[in-house]
Amino acid sequence: MSNEIQKFQDPGLPEHVHRKTDVDPKAADRAERQVAILFVLSAVFTVVAIYAYIFIPDDLFFFLPVMGDTNAHQLLLGIGMAFALLFIGLGLVHWAKTLMPDTEVIAERHEFRSPEEDRADFVRTVKEQAGAAGLGRRSLIKRTLGLALGISALTPLVMLRDLGPLPKKELEKTSWKKGTRLVTDPGDRPIRPEDLEVGAVAQVLPELAEGQERTLADIGKDAVLLIRLRPTEFQLDAERLSWTHDGIIAFSKICSHMGCAVALYEQQTKHLLCPCHQSTFDVTRAAKVIFGPAARPLPQLAITVDQEGYLVAQQPFTESVGPSYWERSS
Amino acid sequence: MSKAERIGGNVASYVDDRTGAAKWLRKNLTKVFPDHWSFMLGEIVLYSFIILLLSGTFLTFWFDPSQRDVIYQGSYEPLKNIEMSASYASTLHISFDVRGGLLMRQIHHWAALIFMAGMIAHLMRVFFTGAFRKPREANWLIGIGLVTLGIVEGFLGYSLPDDLLSGTGIRIAEAIIQALPVVGTYLSFFAFGGAFPGHVFIPRIFTVHVLLLPGIFLALITIHLMLVWYQKHTQYPGPGRTEKNVVGYPLMPIYMAKAGGFFFIVFGITAFLGAVASINPIWLYGPYNPGQISAGSQPDFYMGWLDGLVRMAPPIETHAFGHTISWNILIPGLIIPGVLFTLMALYPFIESWMTGDKSEHHLLDRPRNNPNRTALGAMSLAFMLVILINGGNDVIATHFDLTINQIMWFTRIGVLVIPPITFVIAKRICLSLQRADREKVLHGRETGRLVMLPHGEFIEVHEELTPAQKFTLTQHEQGTALEVPNVDTNGVLNPQGLKGKLRARFSQAHVEQISAPTETEAKALEGGHH
Repeated sequence: MSNEIQKFQDPGLPEHVHRKTDVDPKAADRAERQVAILFVLSAVFTVVAIYAYIFIPDDLFFFLPVMGDTNAHQLLLGIGMAFALLFIGLGLVHWAKTLMPDTEVIAERHEFRSPEEDRADFVRTVKEQAGAAGLGRRSLIKRTLGLALGISALTPLVMLRDLGPLPKKELEKTSWKKGTRLVTDPGDRPIRPEDLEVGAVAQVLPELAEGQERTLADIGKDAVLLIRLRPTEFQLDAERLSWTHDGIIAFSKICSHMGCAVALYEQQTKHLLCPCHQSTFDVTRAAKVIFGPAARPLPQLAITVDQEGYLVAQQPFTESVGPSYWERSS
Repeated sequence: MSKAERIGGNVASYVDDRTGAAKWLRKNLTKVFPDHWSFMLGEIVLYSFIILLLSGTFLTFWFDPSQRDVIYQGSYEPLKNIEMSASYASTLHISFDVRGGLLMRQIHHWAALIFMAGMIAHLMRVFFTGAFRKPREANWLIGIGLVTLGIVEGFLGYSLPDDLLSGTGIRIAEAIIQALPVVGTYLSFFAFGGAFPGHVFIPRIFTVHVLLLPGIFLALITIHLMLVWYQKHTQYPGPGRTEKNVVGYPLMPIYMAKAGGFFFIVFGITAFLGAVASINPIWLYGPYNPGQISAGSQPDFYMGWLDGLVRMAPPIETHAFGHTISWNILIPGLIIPGVLFTLMALYPFIESWMTGDKSEHHLLDRPRNNPNRTALGAMSLAFMLVILINGGNDVIATHFDLTINQIMWFTRIGVLVIPPITFVIAKRICLSLQRADREKVLHGRETGRLVMLPHGEFIEVHEELTPAQKFTLTQHEQGTALEVPNVDTNGVLNPQGLKGKLRARFSQAHVEQISAPTETEAKALEGGHH
């Protein structure tokens, strides 16, 4: 008796079991009818879809449980199309499963590795051809070709240059200047401090000069949030306190993390929250980051009132607004 | 001879007269494909790609990829007379004034989600069964390329309508570009034709979305399928199945009917979703304005994990020498995803390095029979799941009455703790399942039938497995750990140094298995019992 360990042997492919449709012609006929019914159903649903497209007005709504008010045109067009497709698929699969031959077939795999002789031949040929081309010897050609190919990739890169202008100092600038009035967004009305009650929030933009247009890119840098607290609630140093007016404090609305609009204000906690990544800023402490991924406070805009009593900027922003970038110095 | 046979014969000879491809065609039309439900996952991806091409073409007939300002005058009352971009206005037009337009938009969006979900499921199937092993490494790489491009293509696609939600997504993408050291600001200004958002971005990504990327998809999918065809499909182990054969059904007629039918089923289900399930209702969001936002801003699911990573990043920025590096953006937005996808792409090569296995594999592994790989996969999934949860932290917070801070801290800690725990648990489960298999082979299946013996003892009847079942449960390879010599021929210690040690450790972890029972053991047991 040998001591060799014997694994369980492969009993081979199990014997083929015939389906009912293979042995019973009646069952086969039944399967045929089932497939035919599925195909007919598909055709019916195509008619439904076309009927819905032409005859059901596209502003007809009706109530469906779960779905609520539903557009009849959209629903029937879609349902018609969906079931027309689905029944074709079901019919085909049912046909394949019941009536097409289901005997398992064994196909041999070829090994990918070529016979040793062919392989050696191939390797030798590649070597010889590489040698004949002088790749090994003529290193000057090799290097200059590398240079030419490498440097030729620069042309398409250079040709993309005109996609846009150079950034220059663009990211440092906003439209806020000394004396720029704060106007409501939307509405473009100047605001007096008494328009804002304690606890109120307002989105403002810089007032436009006559004939000036406001682009989205401007809004993306100029949007400012005004919040009014009780002046005693601030915990600011003297300079930052002088940037507020009568409890009204102004911050850039563009998140210092990734530029989303910081629009969620919690009146009780006096926190500003960015809905994109949940950076949370404490309004009472000059928008200091108290939670989330933002690394810098929101830039504060110094405000005061002009002679007519409207809120204006004391000075431009003292730092770039929005997300960080390489050239940003602080 | 029936009519169908006659026509078929005529077509065949017509084709051969003009191509001389009779031999090749005969061989390929009767090509054998193995049957298993999990082989359908890749098919779903292929079919949703076709659905995307069809529905996407329909949408381009009305979509106006332009950011010029227009005043909306369509039939959707709440937005009448509002200034917006032409792309947003034309998306509203498709949704409300083109019959079937909304249906097609929703089919397109659902198909995109199914396309991505299908790719992920297919990738998991290929990973957990070891189908990526030699000789299929190239197809694995193509697959990773397709997933990566799929994420980009999906993002660009849902950005096209230029609504408030998608514009916010582009704003975040712009911030990531801008965060790149040295070149970031320049790249951003080039991409957007100036300061964000500018007027050129939508038309530019439109070209990429409808021409460049679909072209690349088409090419990669073609190569992917040609390789599957040429290398023949892998198969699950079982009686009669070996490394040297393929057991299954021929392409013609059965797979043509089944696969063709399945295309219609996938299309039908997608159309059903498009008909009844509202998706991306852009008219509720309004046109994009960088000064506005809506609460609960969420990307599509295949971007959610990335957003979750960005959300959990600690607030770190470096300011030095007049420059800023935003680690809080670079690490979660570029570095970690880059490392993840590189590791995923290289995994076949890493595994073959760990095991020293250079042979061809056509028989799939049952996931339990490769505990280390399965555990690595489970660990990666756990990582993705934790960061995906954080990507939805605001929505989870409102739905489950939690605070965002709780979820954020849970995931910040969880992302480091949960994956290793998952690894250990998954590996233990695999080993337990192997033990259960072993038990079944040696002692039979528990039937649940209790029998009282004459002397009053109760026993449960165990039913012996069939030879086919026994073979299936025991046929898998039992690898042995690599021997890395710690002394070379000259007696110098550790010729391969740390790398060799590491490799030996990995290899050892990778072959950890419960030994499969053998016929010899079974016989010995039998002898012992009776």
